[in-house]
Amino acid sequence: MKNIVIDAHNISKVYNPETIPVYAVNNIHLHLQEGEFTALVGPSGSGKTTLLNLIGGLDKPDHGNIYINGTDITKLSARKLIEFRLHNIGFVFQSFNLIPVLTAKENAEFILLLQGVKRAERDKRVLQLFTEIGLVEKMKVRPAQLSGGQQQRVAVARALASKPRFILADEPTANLDSVAALHLLDLMEALNQEEQVTFLFSTHDPRVINRARRVITLVDGSIASDSAVVSTSAPHEHP
Amino acid sequence: MWIVKLAWKNLWRNPTRTLVTVAAIFFAVILSMVAEALKLGVFENLVKNVVSFHSGYIQVHKMGYQDEQILDNSFSQDNTTASLIANTRNVNAVTPRLEAFSLAASAELTKGCLVAGINPELENNITQLKTKLVAGKYLKGSDNAVLMAEGLANSLKLRVYDTVMLIGQGYHGATAAGKFVIKGIVKFGSPQLNNGILFMPLPAAQEYFSAEKQITAYILSVHTDKLLPTTAVAVKRVVGVDYEVLTWEELMPDIKQHIATDSNNMKIVQAVLYLLICFGIFSTLLMMMLERKFEIGMLVAIGMKKSKLILLFIIESVLTVLTGCLAGMVAGVPLIFYLHYYPIRMGGDTAKAYERFGFEAIFPTSTDSTIFISQALTVLMIGIALSLYPIVKILQLKPLTAMKK
Ligand SMILES: Nc1ncnc2c1ncn2[C@@H]1O[C@H](COP(=O)(O)OP(=O)(O)OP(=O)(O)O)[C@@H](O)[C@H]1O
Ligand SMILES: [Mg+2]
Repeated sequence: MKNIVIDAHNISKVYNPETIPVYAVNNIHLHLQEGEFTALVGPSGSGKTTLLNLIGGLDKPDHGNIYINGTDITKLSARKLIEFRLHNIGFVFQSFNLIPVLTAKENAEFILLLQGVKRAERDKRVLQLFTEIGLVEKMKVRPAQLSGGQQQRVAVARALASKPRFILADEPTANLDSVAALHLLDLMEALNQEEQVTFLFSTHDPRVINRARRVITLVDGSIASDSAVVSTSAPHEHP
Repeated sequence: MWIVKLAWKNLWRNPTRTLVTVAAIFFAVILSMVAEALKLGVFENLVKNVVSFHSGYIQVHKMGYQDEQILDNSFSQDNTTASLIANTRNVNAVTPRLEAFSLAASAELTKGCLVAGINPELENNITQLKTKLVAGKYLKGSDNAVLMAEGLANSLKLRVYDTVMLIGQGYHGATAAGKFVIKGIVKFGSPQLNNGILFMPLPAAQEYFSAEKQITAYILSVHTDKLLPTTAVAVKRVVGVDYEVLTWEELMPDIKQHIATDSNNMKIVQAVLYLLICFGIFSTLLMMMLERKFEIGMLVAIGMKKSKLILLFIIESVLTVLTGCLAGMVAGVPLIFYLHYYPIRMGGDTAKAYERFGFEAIFPTSTDSTIFISQALTVLMIGIALSLYPIVKILQLKPLTAMKK
């Protein structure tokens, strides 16, 4: 049996509880095992971002507990949470992931600097990461000189740098053209299969959904369906 | 160390903004240094002027003389008192004077004037009387002659080597009368002095006023102006209760008032300046925080501790403010020295106001080295204090809110 890395119990998040309450996340149970490659889908406003933020410790649920590798992150102070995120969770945001004044290499290295990793080890790790993302020749380049897809790959490299328990990505391909989107997916898939990196990402893109090994569909803040294997299933019906 | 590098790179993120901030601080330091140097310089210059034309820094009179300046309020000159005063700490020089009003007359004209019996050598040490000589020769202690102020001489239509008649009241109601040769003409900036004073050696004056051994005042100069009040107290202790000891500020309260007003005006200028600096620095900080809000949120999200972020911003501020301050000092020091040797010259009403007191309306800067440090430090402090704003912002920051577009 594989380790359970994410274990969310009964979590709820309500916006505007006093006026017109919005149940952005409504009593969700969710388990994620090490090595999973999971897509979070659902219509706009269904609560994908909210759920990812709760799991990533960027927001607190109104109810419920979230265990990451056994630690209940809903009990951590804001300060402890920052530290926890640094060591346990990799983030890839939709855009503007990188610090514009640093080179691609320095951006990926940043997490390691925050963790106080020694220089020799940093250099080794970063070179390895850039080999994996296929951007060794762009290491000395600033983000502004990279394409959107390349920037997202550097963001993945940064998220991976500290070998986190899992990587959360909220619509990582939303700002990419389809070629770049699939290229990023290839990278994520390869990392997942070759290094057992756990991914949880949200998306609207059917082609991206097709690549996921597990798809969780949210509707109105609740899980409408959850499939472990999609490889054989027919594509979702989309207008 | 990487954090210093990142701070440095961040300064080049928007070079124009950094440059504008540095320039604002640079000019702020220069302006506030010049303002302070002027404030102190004008003060020093006025004091020097005031003291050197007649009053000295401190005067010792018989008790009551200041309110009723008559010969009957004179006291007998005694060498032990004089040397006691001279030996008081911070006292530089002492000279006796016998002063009273008389009528001066030429062949057809008469005019009231102050007759000052002086010790020519000692007097010159304190008020530089010799430098005011415009015609003739300076007095010797044994002369039976006078130095006449230029304006008075003109009113009486007298010139050097002419004779002036003096008539007045002497000590204890005696009649004073005498004829004196004008040995020299002296010129004063102050109209009051220039139109109404003449000097003669003390023994001659004592004889003229029938006031043997009597004087009306000891005039003192001091080493440093800063210790003036304590020096006055010390002198008072030495001379005892029969005497009054007055500083130039008490002797000429109107001039003191004028200086105080000027220095307050300068303080207002400085306050406005500091306020402008604050707004200047603050607005760039505001812009910067707005521009980097998303990024700061992202950094906290991926696990950068707020203490590290704060350190980053402090380093950025210190680098900016320090560069501006140092550059300002480097440029400000020569400027202040220049304005010391080539002082600002005022015209119009200001000039008239100063001329009324007998000063030239020039404003040399003080080159007191504490100015450079104190002003640069003040601006530095303002800069550092203002960088509390980003710190507070960072402390309050929630990553999700910051990353909302
Ligand atoms: N800060 C907020 N304040 C109030 N309501 C919010 C806030 N954030 C989200 N919501 C609401 O919560 C619900 C879920 O939003 P969420 O952003 O999680 O949806 P989503 O599935 O990520 O949508 P999308 O696909 O458009 O990104 C929506 O109805 C949204 O309007
Ligand atoms: Mg979303």
